Amino acid sequence: MTVTKLDPRFKDEVSKLPGGENLKRCFQCGTCNVACPVREIDEEYNPRKIIHMVILGMKDRVLSSDFIWLCSSCYTCEERCPQDVRIPEVMDAIKNLAVNEGYIHNAFAQQAETVGKLGILYAISAFENKRRSRLGLPELPSQNHEIKEIYKITGLDKLLRKREGI
Amino acid sequence: MTYAFFLGCVSPVMARQNEISTRRVAREIGVNLIDVVDFACCGFPIKSVNVETSLLLAARNLSIAEELGLNICTICSGCTGSLTEANKALKENDKLRGDVNKELHKIGREYNGGTRVTHFAKILYHEIGVETLKRKVQKSLEHLAIASHYGCHYLKPSHIYGKAEDPEFPRSLDELVALTGAKTIDYEEKMQCCGGNILGVDENTALTIASRKLDHVTAAAADAINLVCPLCNIVYDRNQRLIEKRLTKSYQIPILFYPQILGLALGINPNELGVTMNRISVQGLLTKI
Repeated sequence: MTVTKLDPRFKDEVSKLPGGENLKRCFQCGTCNVACPVREIDEEYNPRKIIHMVILGMKDRVLSSDFIWLCSSCYTCEERCPQDVRIPEVMDAIKNLAVNEGYIHNAFAQQAETVGKLGILYAISAFENKRRSRLGLPELPSQNHEIKEIYKITGLDKLLRKREGI
Repeated sequence: MTYAFFLGCVSPVMARQNEISTRRVAREIGVNLIDVVDFACCGFPIKSVNVETSLLLAARNLSIAEELGLNICTICSGCTGSLTEANKALKENDKLRGDVNKELHKIGREYNGGTRVTHFAKILYHEIGVETLKRKVQKSLEHLAIASHYGCHYLKPSHIYGKAEDPEFPRSLDELVALTGAKTIDYEEKMQCCGGNILGVDENTALTIASRKLDHVTAAAADAINLVCPLCNIVYDRNQRLIEKRLTKSYQIPILFYPQILGLALGINPNELGVTMNRISVQGLLTKI
């Protein structure tokens, strides 16, 4: 890694996004790593290091990585962080930026596509609705068109089309 | 006591016992749950991809409940977190509310901060109350030992819930279990996440995280796990056999949603609480009652 590959504005980009506001408060104490249930099993996920990489400006390396998608969003680190960095929110800001650059983990891309198409995460089939009727449960709509509109309004539909996948 | 019933996406497909037992218990104790066909995704699954879209999805649901003049009752911790967080941010931040409303107007909706979001378990705990519920118990579950799994979004981030409960040492689910007469079980790493959120990203890590909870609960000799989130249930109930196979373990520990536990104590027929839909059989448990 040479200095020329670093982008000193990367930390500002992340800080400007919703959730990224407190990024620069991090003083690298590592409380997040100690609290993290994922980190305990998989050393590849290292929230302290990810934040350090962002502050150093390692933009391409961070945004194209798959480790940024490993946060389980349990908020244990957020509750314990002495600097109120709100790490899961920072991770969301980083992932949002990755998506803008065309990087998105397949699992999240599939979820986002399904919600965009149906308005819900799991399809409700006619069979499912028959079963619900038999159980005395109200039938559920199989689609919600307003969600498609929302995707158009925010441009998420276009972002998902340009994805490269990881 | 009337609420707009926010089913969420997971329960109706992957955890019908959650929906069925909630509806049945609500009827029993006089909580009126109104189905709302216009509700859609809460926004939670989209937050990692696009925060703006996630917020709009949440705001849209909030605006629908507001139009009906109802507060929202949720049965999924993910939905509760997403809707509560959006509601708080939009109520507190005038600029954000203005921006979101500009977008919502394009689909003919508007958010004005007129609704509240509460998980069904919190309605039971805070609004109906432990003492009232205790008086309704018909059948003490005194022969059962139950370990509560709080999960994450039921309590955290605590600032969105007004720090109503200590996120490191919560008591509400244990007190709800105790009122049924069942013994509440403490166990190691009680506040550990289920790992469900990364199931699609790194299955082995997710299943290993889950197995540790099942290890600890088994070591504490619990008869069952009590939970309040269908995503946690996917991990512990629907994936329990896979965890056993993958990690050469043996658990067979029943996973119950709190309304199933309360329903049994209220004397409701188990079949009306969706017990046949639990993947890990609860038959052995029922013979103990």
